[in-house]
Amino acid sequence: MQLSNTKLKKTKPKSKVSIKGKLALATCTLLQAGTPTAQAKSDEWEIDTAFLYYSEADGRIDIFEPVVTASKEINDDELLKFKVVYDVLTGSTPYGALPTNQVQTITNPSGNSNYTTPANELPMNSSFRDTRVAAGVDWTIPYSRLQKITWGANFSNEYDFTSLAGSATYAQDTDDRNRTYSIGVGFTSDKWDPVGGKNTEFAYMIDGESNSPQPKGGTDTKTTTDFMLGLTQVINRSTLMQFNLGYSNSSGYLTDPYRYISLVDGTTGTPLLGAGAPADAFPFLYEKRPDSRARNTFFWRTVHHLNEDVINVSYRYFTDDWGINSHTVDFRYRYELGNNHYLQPHLRYYAQTAADFYVHSLTAGAALPQYASADYRLGDFVGTTFGLKYGMKTAQNSEFTVRVELMNQTYNTVGTLIGEQNNQDIVPDLNATFLQIGYNFYW
Amino acid sequence: MQKLFLVACIVLLSACTSVQAWEKNLLAKPSMALVADENEIFLDEHIYFSKEASTGGQGVGGGGCGCN
Repeated sequence: MQLSNTKLKKTKPKSKVSIKGKLALATCTLLQAGTPTAQAKSDEWEIDTAFLYYSEADGRIDIFEPVVTASKEINDDELLKFKVVYDVLTGSTPYGALPTNQVQTITNPSGNSNYTTPANELPMNSSFRDTRVAAGVDWTIPYSRLQKITWGANFSNEYDFTSLAGSATYAQDTDDRNRTYSIGVGFTSDKWDPVGGKNTEFAYMIDGESNSPQPKGGTDTKTTTDFMLGLTQVINRSTLMQFNLGYSNSSGYLTDPYRYISLVDGTTGTPLLGAGAPADAFPFLYEKRPDSRARNTFFWRTVHHLNEDVINVSYRYFTDDWGINSHTVDFRYRYELGNNHYLQPHLRYYAQTAADFYVHSLTAGAALPQYASADYRLGDFVGTTFGLKYGMKTAQNSEFTVRVELMNQTYNTVGTLIGEQNNQDIVPDLNATFLQIGYNFYW
Repeated sequence: MQKLFLVACIVLLSACTSVQAWEKNLLAKPSMALVADENEIFLDEHIYFSKEASTGGQGVGGGGCGCN
């Protein structure tokens, strides 16, 4: 459920009304005063389809992800929207081990086999393969000309993870419909069922081809509660502005059940098992994160109409009690080519600080910290994305879009590197390309 | 954070002009929607959720993912 789905009805031939537009209208109807309020109920479904291909360089992750959204007005201003998403993920991904000047042998996530990484290469688990199915429904109910509630429910399932979520958002327009206040609450319940059970936090990695047992737990759960306050305001005839203030609290098992951290010699920085390591151990410890996390967000968006073109710019400030702060700036410029064709360049800048417990490695023999993770996504980095989209309306009032985006993430090292770590690119850049094709129509 | 929100709202409310219903022709265009292409934003959010430590800002709820 998105608070930001404000959208007026599209101008459509044959006096049919866009369901997408009406859906958004019901969520946040402040702009409707300038349009006819008596809207005929449409018997058609509006179908939005998109297909995403996401590909990371250097043989990392590939994702194929089709999305279908179907919307329909079932009564005046009472709207239903369904969404189905299917993900297929394949490829290799780093799980926390550092590159080093030695050949490294690492146990696969299943715990039953190993893989070997040559010296001076970033170890990546190449057995990564998953499919995910997600479905969601939003039901918007008007209570008066100025009041709406949208109820949302989402479900997703993948091989080792299941999620169930519900949400409710109340929106209140002012009489002149120049301003909308909204308040939303959401609840998500997730269950991990990792392959072979979750790895015990801070346990040594055991040789997957040995007979020694890997300490494991079973399944585990986490819950998240979201709150949001929103304000959307017409600034003038060509400018609309939105502010959201969000708070989110997660608790439960927030550790990644597969990720681990390299154990190294405190002087040379090369892999080293600590004293007291169990038989058949490899020099890696499974990570451990706090069991709660509170996040705050501030979000601002402005949409401005120039002579023909439209600027859509947003900023998000994020902070949490894990020590992560981030800034996100997103800029889209819709350049009208005429005859229902447009181009839309896109720029996105993202910068985050590292979590307090983010480490590149742990020193063998030293006392363990309370929490530690080498997940590069909790590190200090800057992400940039450049994209271009082309859109075309067809004679049948359908719309075709295609976009290409190039993403780069560049990581900064955190703390003091040890010995050999100074000779390695311990957190290599991530580069990815997205290709998305979209088509919407009425049915 | 709350102060930032409050200040932003005050600035916003003091800066805006009253727009009458018949003056909203530009605001009514589909390209002026806060989210003009829902699937595009949905897919972007899903990608960045799996690759960054920050989430949220635009809504509540949403489906979880084992990717992060």
